[in-house]
Amino acid sequence: MKIRDLEALGEVRRQGLAKYKPARPRIAVGLGTCGIGLGAEEVYQTFVSAVEALGADVQIVRTGCFGFCAEEPLVNIAIPGKPLVIFSQVKPEEAEHILTDALAGTVDQARALCKIQSWDHLTGVVNFGEGFPGIPEWDEIDFYKGQKKIVLRNFGLIDPEDIEEYIAVGGYEALLKTLRNAEPERIVEELKKARLRGRGGAGFLVATKWESMRNAPGDRKYVICNADEGDPGAYMNRNQIESDPHSLIEGMVIGAYTMGASEGIVYVRAEYPLAVLRLKNAVAQAEAYGLLGEDILGSGFSFHLSLVEGAGAFVCGEETAMIASLEGRAGRPRTRPPYPSEKGLWGHPTSINNVETWYNVPVIVSKGGRWFAETGTERSPGTKVFSLVGKIKNTGLVEVPLGTPLRTFVYDIGGGTGDEKAVKALQTGGPSGGCVPEEMFDTPVDYEALAQLGSIMGSGGMVVMDEDNCMVDVARYFVEFTHSESCGKCVACRVGLDHCLRILNKISEGQGTEADRDALEHLGPMIRDTSLCGLGQSAPNPVLTTLRYFRHEFDEHIEKKRCSAFVCPELVCYYIDAERCKGCMACAKVCPSKAISGSRREVHNIDQERCSRCGSCCSVCSPAIAAVYRESGGITRRIEPRKKAKRAGHREKTP
Amino acid sequence: MPNQVKLKIDGEYVEAKAGESVLDAARAAGKFIPSLCHVKGLTPVGACRLCMVEVAGIPRPMPACTTTVQDGMVISTVSEKLTRYRQMIMQLLLSERNHVCAVCVSNGSCELQDMASKLGVTHSEFPYRYPRLPVDASHPRFVLDHNRCILCTRCVRVCAEVEGANTWNIMSRGVTSMLAADLNGNWGDSETCTMCGKCVEACPTGALAVKGKAVEEMTKNTDAVSRLATARGGTQQ
Repeated sequence: MKIRDLEALGEVRRQGLAKYKPARPRIAVGLGTCGIGLGAEEVYQTFVSAVEALGADVQIVRTGCFGFCAEEPLVNIAIPGKPLVIFSQVKPEEAEHILTDALAGTVDQARALCKIQSWDHLTGVVNFGEGFPGIPEWDEIDFYKGQKKIVLRNFGLIDPEDIEEYIAVGGYEALLKTLRNAEPERIVEELKKARLRGRGGAGFLVATKWESMRNAPGDRKYVICNADEGDPGAYMNRNQIESDPHSLIEGMVIGAYTMGASEGIVYVRAEYPLAVLRLKNAVAQAEAYGLLGEDILGSGFSFHLSLVEGAGAFVCGEETAMIASLEGRAGRPRTRPPYPSEKGLWGHPTSINNVETWYNVPVIVSKGGRWFAETGTERSPGTKVFSLVGKIKNTGLVEVPLGTPLRTFVYDIGGGTGDEKAVKALQTGGPSGGCVPEEMFDTPVDYEALAQLGSIMGSGGMVVMDEDNCMVDVARYFVEFTHSESCGKCVACRVGLDHCLRILNKISEGQGTEADRDALEHLGPMIRDTSLCGLGQSAPNPVLTTLRYFRHEFDEHIEKKRCSAFVCPELVCYYIDAERCKGCMACAKVCPSKAISGSRREVHNIDQERCSRCGSCCSVCSPAIAAVYRESGGITRRIEPRKKAKRAGHREKTP
Repeated sequence: MPNQVKLKIDGEYVEAKAGESVLDAARAAGKFIPSLCHVKGLTPVGACRLCMVEVAGIPRPMPACTTTVQDGMVISTVSEKLTRYRQMIMQLLLSERNHVCAVCVSNGSCELQDMASKLGVTHSEFPYRYPRLPVDASHPRFVLDHNRCILCTRCVRVCAEVEGANTWNIMSRGVTSMLAADLNGNWGDSETCTMCGKCVEACPTGALAVKGKAVEEMTKNTDAVSRLATARGGTQQ
């Protein structure tokens, strides 16, 4: 059925709302990649068979990710007239219990994570109902407190595979409005008021970019969505497409109309199969409803959207390399200018925007640019989604207003490391970013402030590091990454990074000298200033920031041959304390290099010649005995029993 | 004249054709800007990073070969920082593969060697990588020695843009990038190579040479290639 006007859209909206807020209980299982990884598919299947077995009148749907990845599988239960209740870490064996409760019109209040009485999808408000006083509102629990969901407005609530649910919450109304008004310049005006900046990392003003594309001569133009997210530790774009693909499509159609493009491409990582699947499904649905393809909404405007899966090169996230890849050439960047908005895909004007940038567009169109600019800071308005990972209790997708200090991420939302270990640093912006030390956690997160520290905001990866992370190793890891992802076109990045990696390897192996450290300090700025594209220009950041803020760790590795985090294998030796060893054979059994001698009830000994420093002995020696200890550059450390992190977000059960 | 732009290079006013590169404009005005990957008439790629110049108002140095002149541009081609960067890049090039001049066919007429001495680089402060690389002597007339290749892609471009044969390309990525004939076969087995030899003439080092040349015997005529490419109208980026 093709939608032609507001009335038809309203009709679909009513149908969708009947599914989204049905007159019977609705159970939605969070089936993003994060949820599936923690067993959500099994939970979903158990719910399906339980409903079949009981013959119950319950709606079961798949939904996306509600952001709290540490607590997956998340399941939300909507009982008509009652608030939507979210359960965390749901196990298949709990399904039946949850189901029978729901059928009886109630939930286990002590077991629930949080509830939603009313949700503002920004394109429409949905009131679920009131009640369940024993469950906190969603924004009362630590993880969500301080978050503001603009991009993630529909995440984990609607069914991403059903266009009608997206329409139910006001989806595609912004598009209808845009096409009805037929004033594309007004969209640019709203973007100017919103001062929206590109969410891919560079933070270029979207309005400027779109305007130059709009004014570029030529009747054939392209819009491209950059979903080639490849930073280690970042998965915002994956979850965005998995959980709400239609927002992306709507944003792109509005963008295409504004800029006069008739063709669009989503360049998505092939490593994101679920995102590809859901987006393909969404494109097919949007075409069937007349929201994509020829004569959209009867306006005469046509726009075709296709999907291209990347072949696995990180550098293809750089726009000129992406264009080369789309044209069937090797993914190597070229110098700009000319910018893609003048000469892009097949020589035609092309506008490339990040996934998250497109997600902001329908909201800005529907709520206005002024409304958008109220959130965030003067120069960086709006919110930004970050994936908070690493040594942190509450991992997940976090959307906060820009300008929020780093401290809030780590301690308030993230809940610290979850054990007695102290947070040492926060790595932002992936391999292009830098490490910010704990002392500087008061820095607000915006484009300028992070650049000041030598890091970048990037696409939104945030990796928390504690005292068990060696900063030399961290720098080495990221340079190893960019080194293997460098396209090899320009000398600075190709050979410069190779030397950087060799030096960092040398230092982490205890062979480094002060001259090596100085060489890093000379190479870094040279690579940054003379590389051809963003990959090379930002690749030295992890090295330069660790050298700036954690210089003592480099010095320790060089002078004392010590790795105080006990990470660099060449600098760590394992020994067995003869006084503590009970001769239990546990370590001898796991040692892969058969370096541990001694039979049962005899004190064991590690042959340093044969030892491969894998640390297996350390991890099996019972903490009660703690006979195995590590030594590095004159300091020793025993195994400390790592206190298990308390389950994040779980409240103490009320008696 | 509408097609002329005026810019300032190292304090001197220079007139240039609109659309021309900073490198061409500066060279026409008698300025020296080092470069290895550029051949006038071929598409500029900005691979060697030696021609970096400072443009007023832009915080980062820009490659002169791919930057187009603009009216009122203020450019400096020499600075302490630029010199340092150029020397470092030269050292990176020298340390990347096996540039052993004493046994090279191009010794004495090698652009890499000349550029190193012009930039005052006599050795590399970075450790030499000494990779083990093959020599392809399968072609009846020419030899490809990967040990001398600096991946400037002059051969790739002259083959594609002037000869139209598209025999050469770069395969793999990063520091493992290699010049490859056709689909990485032997050069001698190439079905596209026309044996015209333009790649050899365009090559700045001893990587591509005429078979049978001994040490110091190989001289190149890159100017002829450049004239051909320019006469064709040149390829604009």
